Amino acid sequence: MENLELQKIANEVRKDIVTAVHAAKAGHPGGSLSSADVFTYLYFEEMNIDPKDPKKADRDRFVLSKGHNAPGYYAALAERGFFPKEDLVTLRHLGSYLQGHPDMKHIPGVDMSSGSLGQGISAAVGMALSAKLYGDSYRVYTLLGDGEIEEGQVWEAAMFAGHRKLDNLCVIVDNNGLQIDGPIDQVCSPYPIDRKFEAFNFHVINVENGNDMEQLRAAFAEAKAVKGMPSCIIMKTLKGKGVSFMEGSVGWHGKAPNDEEYEIAMKDLEKVGEALCQK
Amino acid sequence: MSEVKKIATRASYGNALVELGEKHDNVVVLDADLAAATQTGIFKKAFPERHIDCGIAECNMTGIGAGLATTGKVPFISTFAMFAAGRAFEQVRNSIGYPHLNVKIGATHGGISVGEDGASHQCCEDFALMRSIPGMVVACPSDDVEARALVHAAYEYEGPVYMRFSRLATPVINDKPDYHFELGKGIVLREGKDVAVIANGLPVAAALEAAEQLAAEGIQAMVINMHTIKPLDENLVIAAAKETGKVVTIEEHSIIGGLGGAVCECLSENYPVPVKRIGVRDVFGESGTAQSLLHKHELDAEGIHRQIKEFLAK
Repeated sequence: MENLELQKIANEVRKDIVTAVHAAKAGHPGGSLSSADVFTYLYFEEMNIDPKDPKKADRDRFVLSKGHNAPGYYAALAERGFFPKEDLVTLRHLGSYLQGHPDMKHIPGVDMSSGSLGQGISAAVGMALSAKLYGDSYRVYTLLGDGEIEEGQVWEAAMFAGHRKLDNLCVIVDNNGLQIDGPIDQVCSPYPIDRKFEAFNFHVINVENGNDMEQLRAAFAEAKAVKGMPSCIIMKTLKGKGVSFMEGSVGWHGKAPNDEEYEIAMKDLEKVGEALCQK
Repeated sequence: MSEVKKIATRASYGNALVELGEKHDNVVVLDADLAAATQTGIFKKAFPERHIDCGIAECNMTGIGAGLATTGKVPFISTFAMFAAGRAFEQVRNSIGYPHLNVKIGATHGGISVGEDGASHQCCEDFALMRSIPGMVVACPSDDVEARALVHAAYEYEGPVYMRFSRLATPVINDKPDYHFELGKGIVLREGKDVAVIANGLPVAAALEAAEQLAAEGIQAMVINMHTIKPLDENLVIAAAKETGKVVTIEEHSIIGGLGGAVCECLSENYPVPVKRIGVRDVFGESGTAQSLLHKHELDAEGIHRQIKEFLAK
């Protein structure tokens, strides 16, 4: 798929995120928006998946280790056809299958339940290990927040993956630089992230702009070519990307827009969409 | 008296894993640098490629088990009860329990009979912790025969199972042709009308001994081996309470939240009768030989006998 097409889909994903979080009156738009491009790239370009057969045995797996970005994940799954887009507005409502955090038991396309930070990467490692032990060819992707990597379990999992040379595993870190209590380098700095993963025997790929499809394409191609070690894509992104008043703002980590803010956000994204159509 | 055969249920665990490994290609055993102690080393010898040492990282091991289960494998994650149920509690709850994944947890070194290592390694809270997770099966076998049967039953069952094994070698008491193991079904080992003694794990043998002594004194104790704490065999518990009117629970666990707690919950809602909970009385353990600790905490036949007599005299 062309980059422009992917960009258009990512913009639709962003509209879905804002719409779902607005309808839920709760949720996490900031990180969902910073990851919207990578969600799109994974589900529309990178991964071997089939929305008509979400559990097919040889599918590539994805674990959203930063589970609170479920709005972005669900939006990409819905856009890809795993479930109806109209259901997105039931996010976080009582009785909806679209739980606040990913629930593999009820959501088509979700490979692992997650939400408690630091745990998803271990499950992803288990999936990658399973493929290695039994000679399966699928790849496993997992997306972590840059605040999430403050969790010790992340490094237990990284140590194991490096030790076992799980080259079918691709860890992605969304380096949007912000966590709930403030900038990550002020709260409890995980920097340098690249040298940490290198020290844990990962092939590290730094992406200058993780909101750029061409850069994501190059990074995932490089990761796929790596043999003998797991890869880690550290992508710098903009938290809240695409919504003027959310961009780079700590406050929009886990807050829903009110009606007025929702109108502004959708107008921002409509403008982006129109500009993309002019290209 | 002939020599009683003694085997630690952790050894039964290792041996049963090999039996499973021979039959089923999807069995994967994980350990966290304790393969010699948990006895998964026996499996490692037989199936080195399916034995995964995760190093000293129990939380990650728990998550790896969950990941393996999503791909159709049947992982047995193995470490001491303290770390399986304690350290990795939230991983068990969120990565295994919540998605109801088919992971088996083999927790060895449960209770105070861990002995010399002391309180830091003597887990007396695991039944309570694991029992509180929706959908989790919790069991603790009383000897080698039952431990092996449990491991096989856990494999056949689809869903998470917590199995607690002992470090200490204990008498084989279930080596009988009519022995039958079923998850969630207690076993009446001895009939009696004066008091019902419901026990599991290592103290079952001591409970039988105490019942012998009571019988010699004219007290007929029913003895039930309640190897599965969850789901609890409520019908059997209620029937025993109706039959005897007095219930004693015995476990190598805190009297809070384990078998005693489960039996009290069941009876208080269905058929209230006086209950005496025998176990570790809301204290930490300490270093000492297993036998000296079981004696101090009155979990040997002598202590159990004394406590039952005291309860019946009330």
